[in-house]
Amino acid sequence: MTRKRRRLTIVLLGMLALGGATALVLAAFEDNLVFFYSPTDIATKPVPKDRRLRVGGIVVDGSLQRERDGVTVAFVLTDLATTLPVRYKGVLPDLFREGQGIVAQGRLGTDGTFAADEVLAKHDENYMPPEVANALRKSGQWKGEGAR
Amino acid sequence: MIPELGVFALAVAFVVTLVQSTVPLLGAARGDARLMAVGSAAATAQLLFIAVAFAILTLAYVRSDFSVANVAENSHTLKPLLYRITGVWGNHEGSMVLWVLILAAFGWTVAALGHNLPPSLKARVLAVQGIIGALFLAFILFTSNPFERIVPVPVEGRGLNPLLQDPGLAFHPPFLYLGYVGFSMAFAFAVAALIEGRVDPAWARWVRPWTLAAWCALTVGIALGSWWAYYELGWGGFWFWDPVENASFLPWLVGTALLHSAIVVEKRDALKTWTVLLAIITFGLSLLGTFLVRSGVLTSVHSFAVDPARGVFILGILILLLGGAFALYAARAPALKGGGLFAPVSREGALVLNNLLLCTAAAVVLVGTLYPLVLDAFGGGKVSVGPPFFNLTFVPIMVPTLLAVVVGAMLSWKRGDLAGVMGRLWLAAGAAGLVAVATLGLGGLRHALAALGFALAVWLVVGIAVDLAARLGLGTVGARDCLRRAAKLPRSAWGMAVAHAGLGVVVAGITASAHWQVEELRLLRPGETVALASYAVTFDGARQVRGPNYSAWEGRLVVRDGDRLVATLLPQKRFYPAEGQTTTEAAIHTTWLADIYVVLGKAEEGGAWSVRLYHNPLVPWIWVGAVVMALGGMLSLSDRRHRVGAPRRAARAGSEPSAAKA
Repeated sequence: MTRKRRRLTIVLLGMLALGGATALVLAAFEDNLVFFYSPTDIATKPVPKDRRLRVGGIVVDGSLQRERDGVTVAFVLTDLATTLPVRYKGVLPDLFREGQGIVAQGRLGTDGTFAADEVLAKHDENYMPPEVANALRKSGQWKGEGAR
Repeated sequence: MIPELGVFALAVAFVVTLVQSTVPLLGAARGDARLMAVGSAAATAQLLFIAVAFAILTLAYVRSDFSVANVAENSHTLKPLLYRITGVWGNHEGSMVLWVLILAAFGWTVAALGHNLPPSLKARVLAVQGIIGALFLAFILFTSNPFERIVPVPVEGRGLNPLLQDPGLAFHPPFLYLGYVGFSMAFAFAVAALIEGRVDPAWARWVRPWTLAAWCALTVGIALGSWWAYYELGWGGFWFWDPVENASFLPWLVGTALLHSAIVVEKRDALKTWTVLLAIITFGLSLLGTFLVRSGVLTSVHSFAVDPARGVFILGILILLLGGAFALYAARAPALKGGGLFAPVSREGALVLNNLLLCTAAAVVLVGTLYPLVLDAFGGGKVSVGPPFFNLTFVPIMVPTLLAVVVGAMLSWKRGDLAGVMGRLWLAAGAAGLVAVATLGLGGLRHALAALGFALAVWLVVGIAVDLAARLGLGTVGARDCLRRAAKLPRSAWGMAVAHAGLGVVVAGITASAHWQVEELRLLRPGETVALASYAVTFDGARQVRGPNYSAWEGRLVVRDGDRLVATLLPQKRFYPAEGQTTTEAAIHTTWLADIYVVLGKAEEGGAWSVRLYHNPLVPWIWVGAVVMALGGMLSLSDRRHRVGAPRRAARAGSEPSAAKA
């Protein structure tokens, strides 16, 4: 095997690996990119029903309710322009509070309620998830300076 | 007064690195031994001054000197001493001081132990280390001064994020930095070799120990981080494909590739330009990790403070170092002569395949990590890429990689006999097939992936055992001969076998916990019992307890297997008044075959609590396996031929590599 042929083999293998990886990435992107929506987006834009998505906003004061099984909670998210009801079965993060910004991941149900399977609240009281800050900015309600 | 000395020490260290990054280069270019010798002296001085600065900062933390803004913002008098010390690197400024301290320590090892390095190579390596040190010291001095004073002096500090007050996390950053920064040695050697225009087996023997040491530390660091996330975040998982995790995983993947390609340079004098490129990329990814975590681009427990100036500065360092190295590479790499020839089916070929697969895996992880950032930067909207993406892309690449590990290690150099090796592996293949069939038989077709995972794990462990047995002549020669052969087998061969077996253990752990995790979420009243896997868990209620700097609700859950008492678990919900934060402390009982994991949720009326319970089979194997991998690396590192400073460059360049044994 000459040096040239060896190099050719390696280059071919490399291209094969790269091609395979690209195919894998594209196929995975097709179904697994999770897009962020604000409550206003959900009300005004077409939202795919069968896809996982992220929503974010401020938890409306006094909206948190616990259902009879004791572990499912319901609350309302707002970007101060539109609201979105959310249901979540699970333990809420330690820093989940009414009036605070959170991000939820899950699917939008046919009844317009967002069924979350993950709720994220960051470990900082002054923290506002950038997505939420952006959503608030878009709805014209944001008064802070940065994302923090 | 003392904190000002700290700033002064850092400033002096900065000036020293400026000298270190220029004078030795000049000396090497002119062949002036006196100028080259400046490098060693400067590296020692640099370490000394940074160590002084680090000691002063630590002292400020131990004595709770709140006149220093950094201490006031991140410490508290009520904090236990251990966390006052580890708090030094529990914040941005302090962790950067640790970063440069480790960098200086690595640089110093070249100065102290590199006495048999060719003087010009040593001078150039030290100069490159000096450049990296200068850039990061400038970063600290201009954007992240840890000794800044605060007026008026607060009476009490604001405390450390309670999530970070934990033994697992206390030692996670130092190990991670040892890994990240350790790869700077490979980088420095690569750049120095490009300047010299020479890469030979001796060069690889100098690079390998540092790469190996960095790799071991990074393995431990990642494992500690994952373990911490597992028991502290209370989600029952060990890896979330979070961008911050990926930031540490990327250099690990490419570093692993580098570790293997350096073997080819050492043994066969081939793959030189590729190895040099990998060394540059590995450190580049370490810097990228630092940038992602520190710039506030990503938000997590790691983003201590969001300051755009810092992000831009680190990005600048990244571009400068990588741009310079790549430019040098483009100019010089073609001049590096290729060495030994080999057939596609050979040890070299297998190591090339290993490199291709690991780099491809790193590429898909990189794409998944950066895509949301890039899309957002170009106004394409907010997206996130979650675990499903990585499972679909990363796992398929790992399957052939794991298959090839065993076969590759058994092929001989230059030209291997694939059919012969496969013939010797019938036992491993049979065992793997048996396990796969058993898994499918017990679990059905929907556990096909689990069957594959277990088969791969068994394939790895049995394959390695078969290879070792053959080398020791187990079953063919007498016991005494066997022991003699075992003693003669190089430590690096033992190290490889141990590390690869550790990988098998990790694969088994990941497979089992990913497929058979049982999760129960219940509202439990005192006295109520819930079934979890084969156990019955009874909730005895919760009571209030006090810790040194927190108060907590502590639940009491009794785990029984039939009539046998298995464990009493005491999960806590802690409140840290100093920081005003609540944390969840999971309670875990491990049998080493599975973890019973309980988390206290929220209190309801009548003493009822929402409780999350997990049964995680084989999860401890993940960390045990990772530690075994790191031990394998250390075993290999202890090989006489790998010892730092041991190798000598033969009088003639491109000397004949010793007959390949390991």
